[in-house]
Amino acid sequence: MSESANHPMAELQFREALRDAMTEEMVRDENVFLMGEEVAEYDGAYKVSQGMLDQFGPKRVIDTPIAENGFSGLGIGAAMMGLRPVVEFMTWNFTFVAFDQIVSNAAKIRYMSGGQLKVPIVFRGGNGAAGQLAATHNNSTEAFYTNVPGLKVIAPSNPDDAKGLLKSAIRDDDPVLFMESELMFGLKGEVSDEEDYTLPIGKARIAREGDDVTLVAHSKSYWLAMEAAEELAKQGYEATVIDPRTLRPFDTGAVVDSVKQTNRLVIVDECSPYGGIASEVAFRIQSQCFDYLDAPVARVTAKDTPAPYAKNLIEAWMPTVDEVIAAAKGALYVE
Amino acid sequence: MANETKKAPAKKRTAKAERAPKKQTTNGKAASGAATGPQDLPDGADFRMYTGGGHTHESLGLEPDELLAMYRSMMLQRRFEERAAQMYGRQKISGFLHLYIGQEAVSAGTVHALQDTDPIITAYRDHGLGLARGMTANECMAELFGKIDGSSRGKGGSMHFFDVENHFYGGHGIVGGQIPLAVGMGFAAKYKETGAVAVGFFGDGAISQGSFHEAANLAALYEIPVLLVCENNGYAMGTAVDRAVSEPDLYKQAYAYDMTGALVNGMDVFEVYYAMGELAKQAREQSKPALVEIRTYRYRGHSMSDPQKYRTKEEMESKKNEDPIIRLKSYLIDHDLATNEQLDALDDEVKAEVHASVEFAENSPFPPVETMYEDVYVQDDYPFIV
Ligand SMILES: Cc1ncc(C[n+]2csc(CCOP(=O)(O)OP(=O)(O)O)c2C)c(N)n1
Repeated sequence: MSESANHPMAELQFREALRDAMTEEMVRDENVFLMGEEVAEYDGAYKVSQGMLDQFGPKRVIDTPIAENGFSGLGIGAAMMGLRPVVEFMTWNFTFVAFDQIVSNAAKIRYMSGGQLKVPIVFRGGNGAAGQLAATHNNSTEAFYTNVPGLKVIAPSNPDDAKGLLKSAIRDDDPVLFMESELMFGLKGEVSDEEDYTLPIGKARIAREGDDVTLVAHSKSYWLAMEAAEELAKQGYEATVIDPRTLRPFDTGAVVDSVKQTNRLVIVDECSPYGGIASEVAFRIQSQCFDYLDAPVARVTAKDTPAPYAKNLIEAWMPTVDEVIAAAKGALYVE
Repeated sequence: MANETKKAPAKKRTAKAERAPKKQTTNGKAASGAATGPQDLPDGADFRMYTGGGHTHESLGLEPDELLAMYRSMMLQRRFEERAAQMYGRQKISGFLHLYIGQEAVSAGTVHALQDTDPIITAYRDHGLGLARGMTANECMAELFGKIDGSSRGKGGSMHFFDVENHFYGGHGIVGGQIPLAVGMGFAAKYKETGAVAVGFFGDGAISQGSFHEAANLAALYEIPVLLVCENNGYAMGTAVDRAVSEPDLYKQAYAYDMTGALVNGMDVFEVYYAMGELAKQAREQSKPALVEIRTYRYRGHSMSDPQKYRTKEEMESKKNEDPIIRLKSYLIDHDLATNEQLDALDDEVKAEVHASVEFAENSPFPPVETMYEDVYVQDDYPFIV
């Protein structure tokens, strides 16, 4: 991300990077508008859209009632007519209420109409576990949606990727689900100052290179993987860390290439293990480079229960750095 | 209603309601007689009642050739579906097949009342509206057969007719799921200032869905030019309206959202034409939604697999006297606008068109297997399972 020496970098919070992306796209294209709960007068539940009502007015920054099914469907209908809505969900936990619109309509209308329609919409909002919020408010929803052909799913891990990918998502002609980690809105990082900065959807980022083991982790889990990689380095094992950034389409090639070097793979993913992102990645790797694997593919995920409330329990429920280190060492056959 | 600006339409309502006090009795047992009229409506409620039987083509300003076009549209829908049912019996058509027979006045009346660019969207009972909107029998029959020349290239089938060129946006399979889309289409019309009115159809069964209530609230809150049109054919599958809805006068739901409510006789194409024209004009000029309950009747089962044990033969027979096609035919003949021979010839022509569509569908190839992977995304080099 910071390799582009030609471009000066600004330090931005994750939320500011998202806001910049939306703002720039709204300036560029008057068909882009933002709607969601508390996005306008309240400036956004997580302040992602702060100031946007003042800049764009109520025609284009629209507060909605608490009606996820209704307003996500409204967005889809508007997209069918050529607008480019950005629909903010306060968090992805509440998209189960809108599941029908996203899955039955956004994803499938193009197909069912034999290609007559496109649905250029972005659904975005906070995703994943965020501490002691108990079961209904701690869902990593990626796996539900990556299961649906017709949707694209993006989950970046830093402000720079967030900006470049959100701008690309808004320009994409297909429905894109953009998942921001709830705990990362305040995360600061350097963001390219390049004018009109976009990143390709479907390209992984190699964040760190090492010959001993490959770690794949997106969104908040990426930071666990990086921490684990540093600890492993202290112990003499060098890890490659790959941030896929986009979960559908998934940059399988980047992981395959790395596993051919390291021969070992650990996937870190906050979803439930059963049918999660880690399971899909494990399948792809065993089917494409089985002969290169020196150990079974390992995964570190949330535990297979609803999220608990108690502090010690939720800590034990979430994937941890220690678990990543242990999984990597397991793959390396060291204790 | 406390809001000053909301008072104006209420005045209009009184005038209309006084003009049309007749009881609406076209519906099935569930809702028949339940159209209680305006006296028990909330204060200031904007209610329109379109009972039927009161219009002539002259009073509507319709030329004889326009009447014949409506008649032809209704005949085409009916003959197409009769043939589709037959083809279903011969297993040329699979999946669900929900016939529209009996409801043709709703589609024909609506389409002729709207502007061509007003977007229309409906549920899975979509053949009638699609044909009325200009879809050809060929592309429709081929779609039912699952052939490459079908309107959705064989990927939609009966429940997913789409014809975007003619502003027909489907064809949706989840009960109530298309209602928020209709509101979004109206939203886009307002945003882009196209002057269009979006028209979203759904069945009486959909009125119980949250999607209806969420969409209705949004439509009224954002003052969106959309008509939410409930085709009340008396039943949701086997469930009569009054077994599913606490208030079987469905138009009354409008008052919860402070919008115009209208009740329309859906067996009379003139009445539908008149009502939809007036309501669309209001929506267009005032950028506001309305809830329109059109009472109609379907003669066939819910789908081809429905043995229809929930209603009596007598009920169905009694409804046939109101058949919208027979009704228009009698009108045309009584008013010397067409002869029996002319109408028979027109019927023959439509039958031939439908007959040819079966041949067209038969001869069209099945979609090549590679097409399965097309149109999932706009981006055509999208990497699928790898
Ligand atoms: C959400 C959902 N639940 C159930 C069904 C199954 N289903 C299909 S049609 C139908 C009845 C709907 O009746 P109505 O809305 O009155 O429309 P009509 O068939 O009379 O045109 C049901 C229950 C469905 N398609 N979607």
